[in-house]
Amino acid sequence: MTDLHQLTIHEAQDMLRRGDISSVELTQSVLDRALAVDNDVRAYICLLPEEALAQAEAADRRRAAGDDTPLLGIPLAIKDVICIQGVTTTCGSRILENFVPPFDATIVARLRAAGAVFLGKTNTDEFAMGSSTEYSAFFTTGNPWDLERVPGGSSGGSAAAVVAGEALGAFGTDTGGSVRQPAAMCGVVGLKPTYGRVSRYGLVAHGSSLDQIGPLTRDVEDAAILLGSIAGHDRMDSTSLNVAVPDYVREMKTGDGLKGMRVGVPKEYFTEGIEPGVETAVRAALDLMADLGAELIEVSLPHTEYAIPIYYLIATAEASSNLARYDGVRYGLRVDAPDMWQTYYDTRQAGFGPEVKRRIMLGTYGLSAGYYDAYYLKAQQARTLLRRDFERVWEQVDVMACPTSPTTAFKIGQKVDDPLQMYLSDVFTVSLNLVGMCGISIPCGFSDGMPVGLQLMGPALGESIILRAAHAYEQATEWHKRRPNLTERMF
Amino acid sequence: MPKLTLEEVEHIATLARLGLSGDEKETFREQLSAILDYAEVLNRLDTTGVPPTTSALPLNNVMRPDQVTPSLPTEDALANAPDTDADQFRVRAILE
Amino acid sequence: MPYEPVIGMEVHVELNTASKMFCGCSAEAFGTPPNTHVCPVCLGMPGTLPVINEQAVRYTVMTGLALNCTVQEHNVFARKNYFYPDLPKGYQISQYELPLCQDGYLTIDVGDGHPTEAGQARRVRIRRVHLEEDTGKLTHVDGYSLIDFNRAGVPLMEIVSEADIRSAEEAYAYVTRLRQIVRYLGVSSGDMEKGAMRCEVNLSLRPVGSDEFGTKVEVKNLNSFRSVRNAIAYEIERQTRLLEAGKPVTQVTMGWDEAAGVTREQRSKEEAHDYRYFPEPDLPPLNLEPAWIEAVKGSLPELPDAKRDRFMANYGLSRYDADVLVEDRAVADYFERAVRVAGDTINPKLVANWVTGELFRRMNETATAITSVKIKPEDLVALIRMVKGGTINQPAAKETFGVMWETGRPPQEIVEERGLKQISDAGELAGVVAQVIADNPDPVAQFKAGKETIIRFLIGQVMKATRGKANPQLAEQLLREQLQSNE
Repeated sequence: MTDLHQLTIHEAQDMLRRGDISSVELTQSVLDRALAVDNDVRAYICLLPEEALAQAEAADRRRAAGDDTPLLGIPLAIKDVICIQGVTTTCGSRILENFVPPFDATIVARLRAAGAVFLGKTNTDEFAMGSSTEYSAFFTTGNPWDLERVPGGSSGGSAAAVVAGEALGAFGTDTGGSVRQPAAMCGVVGLKPTYGRVSRYGLVAHGSSLDQIGPLTRDVEDAAILLGSIAGHDRMDSTSLNVAVPDYVREMKTGDGLKGMRVGVPKEYFTEGIEPGVETAVRAALDLMADLGAELIEVSLPHTEYAIPIYYLIATAEASSNLARYDGVRYGLRVDAPDMWQTYYDTRQAGFGPEVKRRIMLGTYGLSAGYYDAYYLKAQQARTLLRRDFERVWEQVDVMACPTSPTTAFKIGQKVDDPLQMYLSDVFTVSLNLVGMCGISIPCGFSDGMPVGLQLMGPALGESIILRAAHAYEQATEWHKRRPNLTERMF
Repeated sequence: MPKLTLEEVEHIATLARLGLSGDEKETFREQLSAILDYAEVLNRLDTTGVPPTTSALPLNNVMRPDQVTPSLPTEDALANAPDTDADQFRVRAILE
Repeated sequence: MPYEPVIGMEVHVELNTASKMFCGCSAEAFGTPPNTHVCPVCLGMPGTLPVINEQAVRYTVMTGLALNCTVQEHNVFARKNYFYPDLPKGYQISQYELPLCQDGYLTIDVGDGHPTEAGQARRVRIRRVHLEEDTGKLTHVDGYSLIDFNRAGVPLMEIVSEADIRSAEEAYAYVTRLRQIVRYLGVSSGDMEKGAMRCEVNLSLRPVGSDEFGTKVEVKNLNSFRSVRNAIAYEIERQTRLLEAGKPVTQVTMGWDEAAGVTREQRSKEEAHDYRYFPEPDLPPLNLEPAWIEAVKGSLPELPDAKRDRFMANYGLSRYDADVLVEDRAVADYFERAVRVAGDTINPKLVANWVTGELFRRMNETATAITSVKIKPEDLVALIRMVKGGTINQPAAKETFGVMWETGRPPQEIVEERGLKQISDAGELAGVVAQVIADNPDPVAQFKAGKETIIRFLIGQVMKATRGKANPQLAEQLLREQLQSNE
């Protein structure tokens, strides 16, 4: 029998239902694994072994009483920008190092009701601002495939935990690619839902018009299961869509897979800057999709080259405002000065790291008197043009396929001092956030031993169709079954 | 020639209530200038008459009925506060 | 050179919704124990999101309509970014480019000193009415500030006028009129003393006849209607003195010191404001349907001007009486209920006299609001009817009214119990009259000698003998008959 901690969620569900295993056994196995490898991987900011085991016991009791909710007894990890009542939520920042929210995020409440077990909070770039976890105020997570490399980010901790066997699945957040890019770099599945599909209540805001919570899992079916468990309307989030949630697993398996599906290949996503190994793997994946019956159609998203500047002007503007609440008054770090004005400066200087400061500065500049029209407004107008690109393409195709990231995981330290280079690693992911549509990254090969991700993009509320395409591709490949070799060392 | 002057960097930092060291100011001046230079590419786009997209959502009129729901116990409201006095948050006075 | 003040006003009105603007906490902030009406949303905790209170939108639209504004169909909330310890999120959710209501006016009367004449009506244009959230409350103690966030997130309506006001009296009329309207609409208590209504004044002077604007001075800290009037009067005088001395007026913010009766320059914040407004990404736009706006319009209560005109036309009231009665909607409602009960039996003017006379006198003496008055309108009518029908006389009516005021009991019961019924029966009264004539030979002699006025004394004696119950007209009639017959 495989190690329990390496099971997919749907495999574990089956075994729990059959009574082959208990949630306590499953949870214990995952916790043991985490204790054995996390000193190297450093996926977790905080692990909650006692709470997790208590939840697992409760889940086993619920099951004994006849309960069979979808995630009953499944141990999951939560990115540390999502609030769990009574559990420190740091956002990877010194400024919230000791913040304990008195409320659950909506998705946490839903997972709790569904019987999920919370293993702990995973590492993230500070306030989810970054593409490598190097901007976490605490430490950098290692990529389980090569600990010298980054796991991607900002949901790097969640991606690493899933591939390293430290959680059966995890949740991350995606503002400009922060679920899909680390999923690609760690060789797992990562899904960014349509904006409004999943409640943002309790997700600590980065870019409010862009943020979505999404699952990171070991296969596509697990992504469908987790998405189904968190999606749906929430009165606490005015930007949440009041649209019925389909049975994603069933819809994923309905129909003929890729047969007859029109798959757009956006030509702007195969130009300069792609690592050759990435392009090779993605091209091979496209060929396989064609073999599986997909009709490949070259399409054009002409405003792609503007996506990065649009994204960084909008996301930073929203972030500069969202982060104004960290002032040391009601919660979080305070550095006391003789008067309150100075307290603001000192608190925020000490509490925020360099990337967060950089983005607050950029965003503040773009909104300030005299620059609003040239930067923020211009970016919002260009965003409209980008959205029109996508709307035109959806008239021709069902999904689009492209690389998730132009490179595989880079070395720790390689880009940390060059913000612009770091920003450019989001070039294939930010557009979907700007247009509010959905996307999924799935493993599609390796380049020099590091995983490569294939991104499938879908229209608004097109989660079922991208899941179906991804699932059909996954069924024909073995990439998602590969696991890195990690040395287990008990401490 | 960087786009931003040191004075502009300081002005933005003041608006954002962000204390910066001398080194940080210089670094940000260079880095933000480079990013803004890069963003200049947007000026190639003619956006005359193009409406801004503030949200990708097709939503409007999201409201709630005027109903009172329970508040936090005061103790929980104050639990994370760096400084309190009786049932209030406490800060150093604002000196105008 | 004579100068003319040019005044614009920004008035903030706290809406009296049950819950706050963007969360479900109770919106009752005044006098509540600190930080009891707070939650993660209104404390600005990480991850929380706002949801618009429908009633607050409705109240603002009602106010805009009452102020003759155009209600905007497309509305957007915006973030106003600034730091202050009473502002939980580091930004206030407000409205900027697209406020709910625009381009209206308020008609004010500036003839307050001449109650019986129609005042000179003036229109003050309203630039905009928008909706935002209030901040918390700071208390300063020994170098520290204490913060209570109960008020943070209470719906706040901002009403901005054009600079159409030309005197302290007009400003006073403007704010009292605004209060009257928000009270009529039932959207706010309008209590300045409790902070439910707060004013800021922009004031400049210019030579009479000029179209230019002078240097604008902002005046804050106006905590009562009186201070609005006094502060403006003071500031006009201060600026006039400066200008007449050839000194420039500087653009400053002044605070009104009510105790000292002076405005003082407030030290400016350490930087120029740049609020970096941008559309609130957490709130989808409000697109108000024209039909909905029409429905709100249709549901507006009758406003003071219309009510006054109707009272004058339908009830034949004087302008003064009508104005006094419509001042407070609850008083007007009380009066109208009484009139309705009275039907054709009593002239509405008589009802108005009782309300503005005896009832107001008691209310003023005891600082009682109409809503706490124990006398029911139908009982007041019953009392008036008893006077009119001669069942009781004026002194008995006053006594009865006093008991009604204290107890709320119906007048019939009181009159019965106290035996206050007027003696209007000639047979019953004839003996008393005969006795009075017998007991007062000197006055009787004087009367017979032609001293006509002495009859008042004799009537007084009859009243005294009947303990005030005699019908005075009847008493006089009988006296004259008997005095003539025994000549």
